[in-house]
Amino acid sequence: MNDKNIIITGLIIFFVFLTFPFWYNMGKASPVPEPKLTDKAKAAKECVEPKEYMKAEHMQILDIWRDGVVREANRVYISETGKKFNMSLSTGDDSCMGCHSNKADFCDKCHDYASVTPYCWDCHIEPPKEKK
Amino acid sequence: MNKKYMYSLLAVIVLILLPYVGVEAVGLQVLFGIIIPYLAVLIFIIGFIYRVMDWASSPVPFRIPSTCGQQKSLPWIKQNKIDNPFTAGGVIIRMILEILFFRSLFRNTRFGLNEGPKISYVWEKWLWLAALAFHYSFLTVLIRHLRFFLEPVPVCLQLLEKVDGFFQVGLPGLYMSGAVLLAAVTFLFLRRIYLPQMRYISLAADFFPLFLIISIAITGILMRYFTKVDVVGIKELAMGLASFHPTIPDGIGVLFYVHLFLVSILFVYFPFSKLMHMGGIFLSPTRNLPNNTRAKMHINPWNYPVKVHTYDEYEDEFREKMKEVGLPLEKE
Repeated sequence: MNDKNIIITGLIIFFVFLTFPFWYNMGKASPVPEPKLTDKAKAAKECVEPKEYMKAEHMQILDIWRDGVVREANRVYISETGKKFNMSLSTGDDSCMGCHSNKADFCDKCHDYASVTPYCWDCHIEPPKEKK
Repeated sequence: MNKKYMYSLLAVIVLILLPYVGVEAVGLQVLFGIIIPYLAVLIFIIGFIYRVMDWASSPVPFRIPSTCGQQKSLPWIKQNKIDNPFTAGGVIIRMILEILFFRSLFRNTRFGLNEGPKISYVWEKWLWLAALAFHYSFLTVLIRHLRFFLEPVPVCLQLLEKVDGFFQVGLPGLYMSGAVLLAAVTFLFLRRIYLPQMRYISLAADFFPLFLIISIAITGILMRYFTKVDVVGIKELAMGLASFHPTIPDGIGVLFYVHLFLVSILFVYFPFSKLMHMGGIFLSPTRNLPNNTRAKMHINPWNYPVKVHTYDEYEDEFREKMKEVGLPLEKE
């Protein structure tokens, strides 16, 4: 029966789609991103919470901070160890971006790799670099 | 308690525990992260081809479309060109509507016996709605997962993620497709449990894929929104698989291995189960054949040559004898 040709064509099309990741990445090396720390961040040794916790939960912390600042005017964050921090993403030297002033090498490294497009930057702007 | 779903549930629980113990206690990351996923994809491809080619080699000698409208007949009788197609074009439209919109499910009716006694047919659309929600959200989730297998991630994928996370609920942003998938598959499961007639006809093979998909969805949702896993590490592993340089990065949570193992099981199970309706829907002879039974000559492919003796030959053989007794003859 001549249906067999149509069926085989359909199968081939299906498997071309299915194996898309294999031939899309053919012969391409994709290095794992290493976010770079600024000297200031290195000197501080630790963020507001331990590194592993920050890696996993930073988005939730920022989300809670935003709600706290905007709705309750609460700008003080008390960490697990009892230290107090200023709750701000991008204003001043004691904000997140005050330490991590290298958005392209820090934030974007992993976000781009994992195809995450946070909407922080819909409202915030990256603090401009000092010009010498 | 019902044996059929208890067996399936137990099977899935064992399948969850296997990678959990294997990775957490024995440290079999290579087995669960590299070997089993590759094997699963291989079995899926070979099994899929085997099943489809098996179907393809079955002859379909006659047109057996289910006719859901007026057949093409006399010129002044209006034909239903989609529900009773006569041409390949009509068949293609019928198939597209069936595959993309589940048209035959849409026609689902529920039979009821009312007081009187009176018979009623209720338009039952919940199954159609849940099936549509389930399949499309599953497709979206599947395509979204390509972000782990492609580097750089194509723009269209990022667009899909934007649309899927449109409501910007919480952080990491809630994906609609994940929530809809879990809700729809739960509905499809409860339907089999709560409707007595559905429970009666449901087998372990009906419950197993439901439990499996529910577990896959739950582990995925847990990883994204609750107990976080190392996404960058997972992408490194996935990219290793996709570029045939498999690696096992350190520090990926065990939940990821459970998720990956369940998906591998789904891939392995797929070609040998009812899930093959994915390929089968294209090959359903009651949908993909034009209704031209009388208009075209259809020859049975397994017809063997039959020895025939026509009337002409018969007359030639017995002409003289027939003439003698005065029988009428075609040829003198």
